[in-house]
Amino acid sequence: MARAESTTRSLKIRESIGDRIFLFFVYLFLFFVLLIVLYPLIYVVSSSFSSPAAVSSGKVWLYPVDFSLRGYQVAFGNPQIITGYANSLYYTIFGTLISVTLTVLVAYPLSRRTLFGRDAIMIFIVFTMIFYGGLIPTYLVVKNLGMIDTRWALLIPQAIAAWQVIIARTFFQVSIPEELAEAAELDGCSDLRFLWSVVLPLSKPILAVLVLMYAVGQWNAYFDALLYLKSAALHPLQLVLRSILILNTTTSGSMEASVMVERQQMADLLKYSLIVVGSLPVLLIYPFAQRYFVKGMLIGSVKG
Amino acid sequence: MPTPMTQTQMTQVAATIEQSGSASQAPVTGLSATWRTARRSFRRHWQLYLLLLPGLLYFVVFKYVPMVNAVIAFKDYNVVAGIWGSPWVGFKHFELFFRNPVFWTLLGNTLTLSLYALLVGFPIPIMLAIALNEVSNGLFKRSVQMVTYAPYFISTVVMVSMIMLFLAPRLGIVNIALQSAGLPPTNLLGSPSAFSSIYVWSGVWQNTGYAAIVYLAALAGIDPTLYEAAKVDGASRIQKIINIDLPGIMPVAVIILILSVGSLLAVGFEKVYLLQNPLNLSASEIIPTYVYKIGLLNANFSFATAVGLFNSVINMVLLVLVNSWARRVSDVSLW
Repeated sequence: MARAESTTRSLKIRESIGDRIFLFFVYLFLFFVLLIVLYPLIYVVSSSFSSPAAVSSGKVWLYPVDFSLRGYQVAFGNPQIITGYANSLYYTIFGTLISVTLTVLVAYPLSRRTLFGRDAIMIFIVFTMIFYGGLIPTYLVVKNLGMIDTRWALLIPQAIAAWQVIIARTFFQVSIPEELAEAAELDGCSDLRFLWSVVLPLSKPILAVLVLMYAVGQWNAYFDALLYLKSAALHPLQLVLRSILILNTTTSGSMEASVMVERQQMADLLKYSLIVVGSLPVLLIYPFAQRYFVKGMLIGSVKG
Repeated sequence: MPTPMTQTQMTQVAATIEQSGSASQAPVTGLSATWRTARRSFRRHWQLYLLLLPGLLYFVVFKYVPMVNAVIAFKDYNVVAGIWGSPWVGFKHFELFFRNPVFWTLLGNTLTLSLYALLVGFPIPIMLAIALNEVSNGLFKRSVQMVTYAPYFISTVVMVSMIMLFLAPRLGIVNIALQSAGLPPTNLLGSPSAFSSIYVWSGVWQNTGYAAIVYLAALAGIDPTLYEAAKVDGASRIQKIINIDLPGIMPVAVIILILSVGSLLAVGFEKVYLLQNPLNLSASEIIPTYVYKIGLLNANFSFATAVGLFNSVINMVLLVLVNSWARRVSDVSLW
């Protein structure tokens, strides 16, 4: 062992010039990537903390200019934003609850090797990822169920994602040995009880993965809301952001020129603040989420 | 509305499909034997079947009923008569679509965006993963990973807003940079020729770090003795990448490629829709956005369903073709 270690060390020292030049370019490449990804993020955050005039005259390029919280004051003073925030929280919490429950209920039985028909059911589920019935036919189903313009439209039609079922099933298959289930069965423990008191306590990592994936998905979604919801009172934050940020809808009447200019400057700043506000919950859980997302991906891609 | 699968989701699917093939139970001979196994399983696991029910009901109602509802593509759907009461019209809507001059524009735009995205989006995560793999595990490596994953969590609405702010004709940072370089300011979002690049490269910015994770995992799974042997043989870093790293991630890469080709026509609808404006529409109208506008905004349900069905069928055919091709040239395939 000691000899092997010393060999590696000596080999490391003998790294050739070619290798060192190559490594230099690797670092350069990664540094470049880091800058490219980081800069737009920094720019948005810095702009959001600048004064309306500084943003409108293009003075911000790296750090906040004339530090101000005006953008955030206006953002949180907007009743639309507040309603959107509350709605999004509602959809995220209840949607995630429904999604995770249903996903586990499907994935766990399918992870049991002794379950007759599990391959067929799995194919039945995976096929929905390969062939899509279409936007209009799906819309008709939601409409016939009377879900249009109700909160259910955002909670149920996208409740289960096939790949989340796949990840969860793989996890159960790998981490809960079939022998354990059989031993429990011999001791007279029912499948339900086994799931509740053995599998779930052992599956906290996968539950975290599912919660985060569904929650981030719900928080970020806009299209189903656009499709199914008409009343503004039900709109999630992303849809509110869309109307302000992308469609540029501002309530403007006839006003003096100076007020107009101020309005325009405010509108520019508000956009940056709204981007930060809209991404805030995800940003807050990001350091935590990142680890679990990676874990979720690895469970999915590394075959058990 | 399903968004096209990201590369990672694709690998996950791939892994499962492979798995379900190998994990199948010992073959039982004869129908009566199968029946006996089934009955025994039902009696033993009735609780598990009960748990499965709500989920299966979900897939039937929200995935399979729409597939059946898609028959309205062959009918003249009207709300009063309902799906089954509306008259059959055969391939009328398909013919209308294929004869419509907009057909070629839509197909062209859809293919341009997706092929461009594939061509750029496929190799770059591999490059990032290999570069990260060369760097020893330290603060720098972790920072690069942390920062490059972050944009993946940004919502489509926010992503498109950022693009619009950066590319704004007057105040966008891109135009400020252009002007300070002495170039005339341009309205990039209003130019059809720039649209595909904006779409693809912003996607690269957002997804590369995340897509690299799968490859990093594959690289971490390579047998370390291979590197030891290469070291002893005096291989350079580049030689190690070519002869160990690339073959090591090949199976994963092939599966991701298959699935990307299989969803060629399933371009990121939600993002394209938000990026559209009257000026760039000639390059940004794609099949799914067209389906949405014709179907829901113009209430032309049957025609829109026919267009959507065309899209779904082409995707499935592409997937089957590329999968059988991959099976022939390499050992890796979905089924």
